[in-house]
Amino acid sequence: MEEEKQTFDADKAAVLVNELRETFSSGKTKSYEWRTSQLESISKMIDEKEKEIIEAVHKDLSKPELEAFVSEISMTKSSCKLALKVLKSWMMPEKVETSIATYPSSAEIVSEPLGVVLVLSTWNFPFLLSLDPVIGAIAAGNVVVLKPSEIAPATSTLLAKLLVEYADESAIRVVEGAVAETSALLEQKWDKIFFTGGARVGRIVMAAAAKHLTPVTLELGGKCPAVVDSNVNLQVTARRIISGKWACNNGQACIGVDYIITTKEFAPKLIDALRSVLEEFFGKDPMESKDRSRIINSFHFMRLINLLDEDKVSDKIVAGGQRNESQLQIAPTILLDVPEDSLMMQEEIFGPLLPIITVEKLEDSFNMINRKQKPLAAYLFSDDEQIKRKFVQNVFAGGIAINDTVLQITVPGLPFGGVGESGMGSYHGKYSFDAFSHKKAVLYRSFGGEAPTRYPPYTPGKQKQMKALLSGNLFNIILALLGWFKD
Amino acid sequence: MEKFEKNLERQLMAMRECYKTGKTKQVSWRRSQLKGLQTFLKEKELEIFRALNLDLGKHYVESFRDEVGLLKKSLNLALKDLNKWMSSRKAKLPIIALLSYAEVVPEPLGLVLVISTWNLPLALSLDPLIGAIAAGNAVVLKPSELAPACSSLLVNFLPNYLDNEAIMVIEGGPATGEQLLEQKWDKIFFTGSAKVGRIIMSAAVEHLTPVTLELGGKCPAVLDSLSWSWDKEVALNRIIGAKYGSCAGQACISIDYLLVEKAFFSTVVELMKVLIKKMYGDSPKESHSVARIINKHHFLRLKNLLTDQMVKDSIVYGGSMDEDCLFIEPTILVDPPLQSKIMTEEIFGPLLPIITLDKIEDSIDFINSKPKPLAIYAFTNNEALRERMVSETSSGSVVFNDAIIQFAADTLPFGGIGESGIGKYHGKFSFDTFSHYKAIARRSFLTDFWFRFPPWSNYKLDLFETVYSYDYFEMLLVVLGLKRSKMRFFIN
Repeated sequence: MEEEKQTFDADKAAVLVNELRETFSSGKTKSYEWRTSQLESISKMIDEKEKEIIEAVHKDLSKPELEAFVSEISMTKSSCKLALKVLKSWMMPEKVETSIATYPSSAEIVSEPLGVVLVLSTWNFPFLLSLDPVIGAIAAGNVVVLKPSEIAPATSTLLAKLLVEYADESAIRVVEGAVAETSALLEQKWDKIFFTGGARVGRIVMAAAAKHLTPVTLELGGKCPAVVDSNVNLQVTARRIISGKWACNNGQACIGVDYIITTKEFAPKLIDALRSVLEEFFGKDPMESKDRSRIINSFHFMRLINLLDEDKVSDKIVAGGQRNESQLQIAPTILLDVPEDSLMMQEEIFGPLLPIITVEKLEDSFNMINRKQKPLAAYLFSDDEQIKRKFVQNVFAGGIAINDTVLQITVPGLPFGGVGESGMGSYHGKYSFDAFSHKKAVLYRSFGGEAPTRYPPYTPGKQKQMKALLSGNLFNIILALLGWFKD
Repeated sequence: MEKFEKNLERQLMAMRECYKTGKTKQVSWRRSQLKGLQTFLKEKELEIFRALNLDLGKHYVESFRDEVGLLKKSLNLALKDLNKWMSSRKAKLPIIALLSYAEVVPEPLGLVLVISTWNLPLALSLDPLIGAIAAGNAVVLKPSELAPACSSLLVNFLPNYLDNEAIMVIEGGPATGEQLLEQKWDKIFFTGSAKVGRIIMSAAVEHLTPVTLELGGKCPAVLDSLSWSWDKEVALNRIIGAKYGSCAGQACISIDYLLVEKAFFSTVVELMKVLIKKMYGDSPKESHSVARIINKHHFLRLKNLLTDQMVKDSIVYGGSMDEDCLFIEPTILVDPPLQSKIMTEEIFGPLLPIITLDKIEDSIDFINSKPKPLAIYAFTNNEALRERMVSETSSGSVVFNDAIIQFAADTLPFGGIGESGIGKYHGKFSFDTFSHYKAIARRSFLTDFWFRFPPWSNYKLDLFETVYSYDYFEMLLVVLGLKRSKMRFFIN
């Protein structure tokens, strides 16, 4: 990466925001034509630059091509396509019914762009998590500044280059950089901030937003548990768990399976199944397989090694444990019955270590999960309808998937977002459009239908009429008007 | 204070335990609480009117119209639609996830805090409470200490009608507010000023608590030249009602200032004088139909707005103030200086500046030069102007040919944007603002796309490409080996 740039400080940030505000004030970005032209251009960009994108993501994370294709290219492309397909209907005002309290009137809810928005992205799905929110912002008619994560530098640089080429520079900009640049951006007044990342920085973002009363969407993380019942199809379960752990950016995903809870009885069977499927997927020596992302950088590598080498857990390894610092790789590692006060069970793992906690009865797992901070997702593998129902009703999480992992985020009709420590707000599909829109209430009244009841001088008769009116009961209203309503 | 704090922590912990039992999630519990509120409003109606009269000098008909009546309507709606609101909504699935099922289910956020304000002290305490209860939460309500009679009423009587294990009312001022803000909440709902709104949101950061902030702003009214005398009279009655008739202008959605064309303004002023007399008589103070200013602090604040000589000179009607009974008569000003406080701060009182413009379309730029308000009111029959108003200005809501009344519309979201607030409520939006919409996806064990799993190969990638583009024909070709694999980039 070139070392050229002059510092991007608060002054530069202010200039940038001013420029974008002017573009927004011109009204250009509100038109359907502008929005679709940008979305089409981005769609073209993904098609034409697929190779560069996959290469960049591979450089940053050693992400296998297929994983990159599915999680970064394909999901972004579908997002774009969906927006293009239904944008007209999203943009249409929603007519709503009016009641007798405002009769006669007509009303609608109009979606308008919030204005100048900031998207702060992260490093684990660096392309998807940068572009997906930007697509939502554009669809909603905003101007947008994207700050990709400096921890995935190849993708960051590529995004900066591509968006200049394919997008309208007067409305869509990329600012590269790290803490200093992010701070400079956060000092400005935005109409919305969309942040993906950890809870610690999430708090910094929200605090900065509070100064300007800026609404925020925070997509954070959490320890996403997978509860496994004994009545499951073991093969399929093991595959789906592994798919949502090691085949999902090698455990470095906010919705990846963080830990498993199962019964003491079932644990050995589950571990055997996991071991055998791991071999199926990654071969006898998983460190040789190219089908897993590497750990993003040495900081996170050391962080994970620390979790693994803690005295409390080092003797609980039942599979894996190998590590290679020069390759920034750790083998798929399973641990059994790590203590709840171990580091590994206190913080989000975000790596290829999978602790299995055992309980006496499966339902005990629900309380265990609820004792911790609310995660972004919670998973259950079971064939028992009652357990499924109890799980859905009693486990607090952003989203839930039964008998699979990660899948829930691919459904555009489902909101993707957290609750509590895992975040606030949601997106995907129309939720993305809504996240970047202001829903303006518009009420049309005519000059006819004037009710003197509203105005002073106030009399008991007027109060009776008002009571009847507000009750919405036509019969009462007639009685009141005739002076016969008894309240 | 320390004792209060320890007490508070203990009480909140008990409330959380109660919430964990799942009691408040039950439909029956929610209904019983909402019905309890209905009974409260019915049995304590007289006490409520008395308290509102004591705190704000509100006439009981105004109190019914703006507070009690609206709450009853809100409760009726919540009880009627509760089951519908609580039901899950199915989501459409893409074909790739064949045997799955997806839905969104609303669930309560947990233990929530409602901080209310003084101008509609009953409505702005209980309406959010209705939403929080309907959504199944445990709730702590802090009414405003600036409306002490209402605050006492709620603290003393509400517990007799509600489940005290899950709903608590706490009285107090800023110190109490601070103590409350140090606790962990699953949601904070605040009505008040932007200054305190910032404090609330900053406090919410520590626990990543989502907030709804219902703030204020200078809500402008634009009055176009209307030819029909009927229209003129109706429009002005509504403007007068929305300025002086609702808590004497001390409402977040009161008309703050009026914009009219130079050519039209003298007609407006003359007509307004006539209509004000009609509504409030020769002595508005004696009519008891204009609320009082809430307290001396705000009275002096309003008095101060008129001390500037140029502002004083712009008064064309009214202007008299009685400090002893905290009464200010309906006042009209024409073209006070634009940099004066009365034109830069939210007035929140019965003083109406009229700003004259060359043409009415200039009102759009004028409005856009100020922070986004909670509402914009436009009295016009001109279609083109209406469209421009909606598309070229930004505000919480826009109302044509009336004012304040949007507050009574259950199907419209009520909330601000920018300086006027974050989030919305009323009707189902109240339920939504206190809910978390949980996404649920279900899968069976039966099918799986075998190519979903590693080890990876070009073949699997080809399959994925066709599947994701929903191109089944291509998929068939790939499976049958009849499609040549695309040049792969660089698989090591």
